[in-house]
Amino acid sequence: MPYNPTLVAPMRQEMTRLGAKELTTVADVDAALGDQKGTVLVFVNSVCGCAAGNARPALRLALEHSVKPQQVVTVFAGQDLDATVRARQYFTDYQPSSPAMALMRDGEVVHFVHRHQIEGRSPQSIAANLTGAFDRFCAATV
Amino acid sequence: MAGHVFHPGHHELHGITVVLETHGLTTYLGRFDNQDESGVHLLDVGVHQATPEGQSKEEYIRRSARFGIRPEQKHVVVPVAEVASIMRLADLEPQGS
Repeated sequence: MPYNPTLVAPMRQEMTRLGAKELTTVADVDAALGDQKGTVLVFVNSVCGCAAGNARPALRLALEHSVKPQQVVTVFAGQDLDATVRARQYFTDYQPSSPAMALMRDGEVVHFVHRHQIEGRSPQSIAANLTGAFDRFCAATV
Repeated sequence: MAGHVFHPGHHELHGITVVLETHGLTTYLGRFDNQDESGVHLLDVGVHQATPEGQSKEEYIRRSARFGIRPEQKHVVVPVAEVASIMRLADLEPQGS
């Protein structure tokens, strides 16, 4: 059952302020990830305070890096249910968790950050994980 | 433990995905919830049973760290006397995949 929209609104805004495009429907997801070219980071947002509360600031820090994905999109687990299920179908090798982040290049997942790699870590530490992947997978396409 | 305690009053591992090794053949991967007189409570738990012909515990943990945990049980309580060790899954593998 989705959370109260009022509760999650600030968590959505935290993402859109970073320039992330919200994908709230299956059609949105398919438009963004179907036949995807270049690099895109998919951020699976969550209300979980202990993990997502650090994951969103981590993404903000990572996006200050000189090398970054061409696009950032986000689905909201527990809120936009169909869109989240659909997004996860683009990375079916990975068990669902939230928050989580998938870096995709030309339609393939090249780096994945699970919830267990976010829990208990500082935003700086999580951001370092992300920027390492950005350097490795996004440098040639920016 | 590295990291932060986000929920004051809870166990320091509350909300953290851990590898719980028992003194027997069973290893659990799951989110640590709390510990009380009944044992250690884990949520969304994957279970590995060591067998000679099956996947090794080390491979199971490695694959779970890379691809995530496939939860087989929603809630498991492991009596403290059966617990050999508890480690953060993230500490057993490099970040990212």
